[in-house]
Amino acid sequence: MPKLTIDGQEIEVPAGSTVLQACEAAGREIPVFCFHPRLQIAGNCRMCLVEMEKSPKPIASCAMPAGDGMVIKTDTPQVHKARKGVLELLLINHPLDCPICDQGGECDLQDITLFYGPDSSRFAENKRPVADKYLGPLISTHMTRCIHCTRCIRFLDEIAGVEELGACDRGEHMEITTWIESALTSEMSGNIIDLCPVGALNSKPYEYRARTWELRKTESIDVMDAVGSNIRVDARGSEVMRILPRLHEDVNEEWISDKTRFAYDGLKKRRLDVPFVKKDGKLATSTWRAAFAAIRDELKDVPGNRIGFVIGDQVDCETMVLVKDLATALGSPNVDCRQDGTKLTAAARGAYLFNTTIAGIEQADACLLIGTNPRHEAPLVNARLRKRSRMGGFKVGRIGEPFDLTYPVTDLGAGGQTLRELSDGKHSFAEVLENASRPMLILGQGPLARADGAAILALAGEVAERFGMVGDDWNGFNVLHTAASRVGGLDLGLVPGEGGLDVAGMLQPGALDVLFLVGADEVEAKGLDGTFVVYMGTHGDRGVHGADVILPGAAFTEKHGTYVNTEGRPQRAKLAVFPPGEAKEDWKILRALSEVLGLTLPLNTMGDVRRRMAEIAPSLARIDEIEPAPFGGFGVAGDIGAEPFASPLRDFYLTNPIARASSVMQECSTLFVQGGSTGATGTHG
Amino acid sequence: MSFAPDVETFSFPDELRPEIDRILAKYPEARKQSAVMPLLHLAQRQHGGWLPKAALDHVAEFLEMPKIRVYEVASFYDMYNTKPTGRVQVRVCTTTPCWLCGSDDIVRAAKDTLGLEIGESSEDGRFFLREFECLGACCNAPMMWIDDDYYEDLDYAKAVAVLEALKRGETPEPGPQSGRKGSEPKGERKTLVEAGRSSRTPKQPEAATQPSSAPVPDETPVRKGRPEDHQHEPTDPIAEAADEQVGKVKNGSLGDEAVAIDPEPGRTTTTKKDAD
Repeated sequence: MPKLTIDGQEIEVPAGSTVLQACEAAGREIPVFCFHPRLQIAGNCRMCLVEMEKSPKPIASCAMPAGDGMVIKTDTPQVHKARKGVLELLLINHPLDCPICDQGGECDLQDITLFYGPDSSRFAENKRPVADKYLGPLISTHMTRCIHCTRCIRFLDEIAGVEELGACDRGEHMEITTWIESALTSEMSGNIIDLCPVGALNSKPYEYRARTWELRKTESIDVMDAVGSNIRVDARGSEVMRILPRLHEDVNEEWISDKTRFAYDGLKKRRLDVPFVKKDGKLATSTWRAAFAAIRDELKDVPGNRIGFVIGDQVDCETMVLVKDLATALGSPNVDCRQDGTKLTAAARGAYLFNTTIAGIEQADACLLIGTNPRHEAPLVNARLRKRSRMGGFKVGRIGEPFDLTYPVTDLGAGGQTLRELSDGKHSFAEVLENASRPMLILGQGPLARADGAAILALAGEVAERFGMVGDDWNGFNVLHTAASRVGGLDLGLVPGEGGLDVAGMLQPGALDVLFLVGADEVEAKGLDGTFVVYMGTHGDRGVHGADVILPGAAFTEKHGTYVNTEGRPQRAKLAVFPPGEAKEDWKILRALSEVLGLTLPLNTMGDVRRRMAEIAPSLARIDEIEPAPFGGFGVAGDIGAEPFASPLRDFYLTNPIARASSVMQECSTLFVQGGSTGATGTHG
Repeated sequence: MSFAPDVETFSFPDELRPEIDRILAKYPEARKQSAVMPLLHLAQRQHGGWLPKAALDHVAEFLEMPKIRVYEVASFYDMYNTKPTGRVQVRVCTTTPCWLCGSDDIVRAAKDTLGLEIGESSEDGRFFLREFECLGACCNAPMMWIDDDYYEDLDYAKAVAVLEALKRGETPEPGPQSGRKGSEPKGERKTLVEAGRSSRTPKQPEAATQPSSAPVPDETPVRKGRPEDHQHEPTDPIAEAADEQVGKVKNGSLGDEAVAIDPEPGRTTTTKKDAD
């Protein structure tokens, strides 16, 4: 614990701290550009210079380890002069285009220059021209603004694990580039936009659309995957302008995936904004009153077991509470939140959660991936695994398809056979798990959604037990979800009741008279001729095909809602903009429908709904807290088919109705998944 | 002849394998990326003086490192050419010492003889002319660096002569073109001419008096400097003292090799001593 003096104030900092961190601990603000707490130290911007006693020159505080007895001064004429000098040099080649720069208003260079910079430049020559680079459909570049902090390079190397950016040439000619003008292939590349301290890297879809100070900022939760990344939704008027990450150390740190960041344009396209009712075989715009009447007429005299509810992947818990109560009121046991047919049950919470927790991955020392591709199913879980992998002493084995996860992975085998061998201790990787003190496994949705999913779950449970993955202070059994609503749905018990049908059963022709698709777009409800299909959701996506009544709902940015992430962490998304047209918040739609049906649910306010939610699942009332779940209850042992395990996601960019409606995500899919070209050239964008 | 073509694929031929192995052997297996610079030089030489993208990619694959890291190296260093150049690389040093000694004339000579501007390659792909920053031969300024050889002590006429010879396909003798050896002083000796004042009489440890125990270098002695550098007046007492010591060694087993034992153990340097 070195003790140093900063501006006359004595302070003790943890060993291994830098002078910069010590200064911050002492409450001194040191301006920085290249330094970032989550990236390795580069020390190349020289903005953080401070004075150190006995040193003839100012020191770069970000790169200087704090030593015992150091005397640091941060507020002396020399320091001020150094900062002015550094800024003057940085501004020599930096264009004065702040008025049109997207970063204007949230620019480190702008802010720091205002506080510490010189008031004029002595530089009369021409500024350096730099050609803009093509980095793909997500990131636009203005390379003349680049100050070469290299944060983007370091992020891609260290966090994203995709070494594609570099600094070519040197000195005055140095340029940040991919050299060969190719798009960045990382699914987390958008984070370099946030990291860029100037306006060199911008969001391509957001470019020139808004100024930061016009935006209304709402803190919310992402629903593109089951990680529950904390986000900030920036809106202007009725339009979501952009989505940025928010800090949550235990979930997403300060990163988000590209899908989270860029799919928001899908919120404005293909939206359902009025109710539709099918007339003479054609959907026609209608009114709420008429749509409810059509449903009421259809439900007359239909027995409960002929009515079914399928819950989609982005449905909030409040809506699911209403679905549950409405189904009970209608006497329907046919309720299912597992659109993909996964064999998880609501009974054993410990068997469907990511028990280790995302932050807990950093404590693990061995990991077994079973039929999952975390890089696409949950990019931020993958980023955590990579972070752990980089710390060293972490072995990862995988059963399933080979895929570059950006860290070393040992491929063990393709399917159930290998898992069986492992559980019998016959496989060579068994030794690794045996010797690990905190081993973990991650079970993906691919194997669980198979017909033999329950047996795979049971076998995975056996493996966890055999290798001591669960102890008093450690639970290494993890299920990785891909749907934001899934854990909430299971917590609320939205699975078929006694004698009830599951999703596959409900979709059998003739099985039901009335089918409610609550935001369910991943199921095919087309050939159900005898069934009256009510679709409630946001987009004209797969779910509306074959629908007889369409009720327009609110997307995740348009309502207050609770989402439970794969760890079992309930978090609240907030309303950022109002739903378009006549669309309404989903729980209100169901509440109104119940009244029309004469089964009025006594849930009149959000408060009522949340109280009811806490009644059904008390853990959901404790926001941002994970209720540890007991180990056990893993499926039913049985035979496992020989087919190899596969990840359920074929296309990372198009996994839900919002993303499918997004032209940005479509472009990414064309470029990265289908391997096509968007006709980009060096001057593109 | 023309420029080495831009190629789609590139690989090191089998003949280079021993050389590649020799380079790789210098670095631990886990750090083999360290060999990127020598391998790039090898590739550049193989490919007629410049590195096409295929060569950079091949080196990256060969060393199992990200391509962009190789691009960074290749673009950072001046001695890698990433655009087509002529095969004979003529670089004229124009940094201050050379410039003061007339490098402008050398540049002019090169432009006149080759018909090229700085940074250009001749149309037949034979010559590439460029300026270069200090090449460390300031004592022989001005100079040119052509392929692997230094041509020093130039003036306009001598530079033209060298380049004309190259154009004719000859290989002119590298080194100073003025007739002096190495970087010996021009004209008469001007230092260490006075007798007896220096206290820097060479101190030799016991080894000198017990020649048999003097460490014998186990490799061929490296020639340091040029023999003429040691020419001196026979009456020079310092030289005489040195001779005396050397003589003792000479009487031992080392023939005309003088052994100076470094105060640091384990380091032995040898200098060739000419017979007077």
